[in-house]
Amino acid sequence: MKLSVRGLAASYDGIKALRGVDIDVGDAEMVALIGANGAGKSTLLNSLSGFVRQRSGEIRFEGQDIGRLDPHAISRRGLLHVPEGRQMLSDMTVLENLQVGVLARGNRTSAWDERKVFDLFPVLEERKDLAAATLSGGQQQMLAIGRALMGGPRLLLLDEPSLGLSPLITDQVFEVLETLNREGLAILLVEQNAQRALAATSRAYVMERGTIVAQGPSAELASNASVIEHYLGG
Amino acid sequence: MIAQQLINGLVSGAVYALFALGFTLVFGVQKLLNLAHGGVFMAGAFIAYYAVVSGVPFWAAAILGTLGAGLISVLIEIVAFRPLRARGQAEFAAIVASIGVDLILVSIAQRVSDTKVLKFPFGTFPIEFYRFWGLRISLLQIMILAIVAVLLAALVFYLKKTTFGRQVRAVAINEKAAALLGVNAKAVYFQTFFISGALAGIAGVLIGLSFNSIQFLMGEPYMLRAFVVVVIGGLGSIPGAVFASLMLGVMQTLSVAYLPNGVSEMIIFALLFVVLLFWPNGLFGGAGLSAGVGRR
Ligand SMILES: Nc1ncnc2c1ncn2[C@@H]1O[C@H](COP(=O)(O)OP(=O)(O)OP(=O)(O)O)[C@@H](O)[C@H]1O
Ligand SMILES: [Mg+2]
Repeated sequence: MKLSVRGLAASYDGIKALRGVDIDVGDAEMVALIGANGAGKSTLLNSLSGFVRQRSGEIRFEGQDIGRLDPHAISRRGLLHVPEGRQMLSDMTVLENLQVGVLARGNRTSAWDERKVFDLFPVLEERKDLAAATLSGGQQQMLAIGRALMGGPRLLLLDEPSLGLSPLITDQVFEVLETLNREGLAILLVEQNAQRALAATSRAYVMERGTIVAQGPSAELASNASVIEHYLGG
Repeated sequence: MIAQQLINGLVSGAVYALFALGFTLVFGVQKLLNLAHGGVFMAGAFIAYYAVVSGVPFWAAAILGTLGAGLISVLIEIVAFRPLRARGQAEFAAIVASIGVDLILVSIAQRVSDTKVLKFPFGTFPIEFYRFWGLRISLLQIMILAIVAVLLAALVFYLKKTTFGRQVRAVAINEKAAALLGVNAKAVYFQTFFISGALAGIAGVLIGLSFNSIQFLMGEPYMLRAFVVVVIGGLGSIPGAVFASLMLGVMQTLSVAYLPNGVSEMIIFALLFVVLLFWPNGLFGGAGLSAGVGRR
């Protein structure tokens, strides 16, 4: 098991955002987490990557408890989080953003380098000497993913990668994610775009008000009446 | 004669730059004003003085003063800034806390020196003058210019070209993004406080030597000038701090030489006022970012 989360609860100044969440991600699995605005999806990812600290429960990554580690230490183990809003190092160039990404590799070895990232996202190579702030939303999303790849991820957490992207660019990003997963990378994908997320993954969780209310194979959830009603605009 | 004053002005401006760079570096990375910077500067001079009088050769004493000031600065980060940062909203609290730390450093120095003005023993640094094109420049002035040039180049190289420097810039731009990529912000803060303190420390040693006067309150006027320099140059901007320091040094020397007593400070603060009126973000307000430190 790549990731296993048990009884995770988290709060912001006493206000509960997660109330006992159990989630697993298998070794080369791509799993979706869908849910309405404010359900707690980002809070879950930020708990996994160590930013939300008011919490209880157990987080095991590759069998080890990572609950007490600082965010940078979690990244260095290969649990890499591509956050909501992309969080560019805006004044640094595209290339410098990728170079900072190497740090998360720590002492682990990785096959990822600038060359491979540029092959995956050729537009980044064209812009490599420009400040990240000058990129379009889609290009920033590609850079955010590319930067995480530079760190040699063993599990990738993605928070709404399609947010604000055109359908064409969304296709491109999803295609890359599916390729990465086929090559063996474990991915936990948070999406508002439930249709896309369910189509791209094998298994999924549905979150509501801080708890998991449904889970199962993505294809099954996609044909579940209540999921269709609430999340697939049915 | 004007050319002579220009050189003297550039030399004192160069020392202001050392002092102001450390101050602006911490601000650029942490967005916190470290008002204990003047105390750290004074501590550097004190450490070097006591090392010299206990028989350490001057060059080694200067290094001790520099490293000692760097360590004191790191200590300030650990005991004063880090706990505040952990609780968030540190901007105002940091100002108050660092004033407190400054008072502590100043009172320790006052005790240790018994409120006296300390002077390096005669012959600590050779007094030699060189003449060219009718100008007189001392060995000490040449050494100061050389040290400042080398340290400035090293600082820019460190920030722009090294992996460590990239981490410093990443934390300055976006701490969350940096942590996501594996950058240890705590270590970056350590480094920036050490560099900042070491620059203040060596500035203290050089000033103590130039005026052959070291006393517990020596940091205060420099703190005030650093404020002027970083505000005029643009908070967090390295080129801005260097430019404004040199300008301040030259203006001060010229006004002391050619204008009535006391006008010098008046002119400097009038200038600050005018700059703020027309360039509220300082002359290099935007340039700080391209220099690598400074937040959005
Ligand atoms: N930094 C914060 N401080 C206080 N409350 C927060 C904070 N971040 C999120 N919350 C609250 O926690 C709850 C869960 O928010 P979260 O951002 O995790 O939801 P989400 O599922 O990611 O929503 P979205 O789809 O809008 O991104 C919400 O009620 C939100 O208002
Ligand atoms: Mg969210």
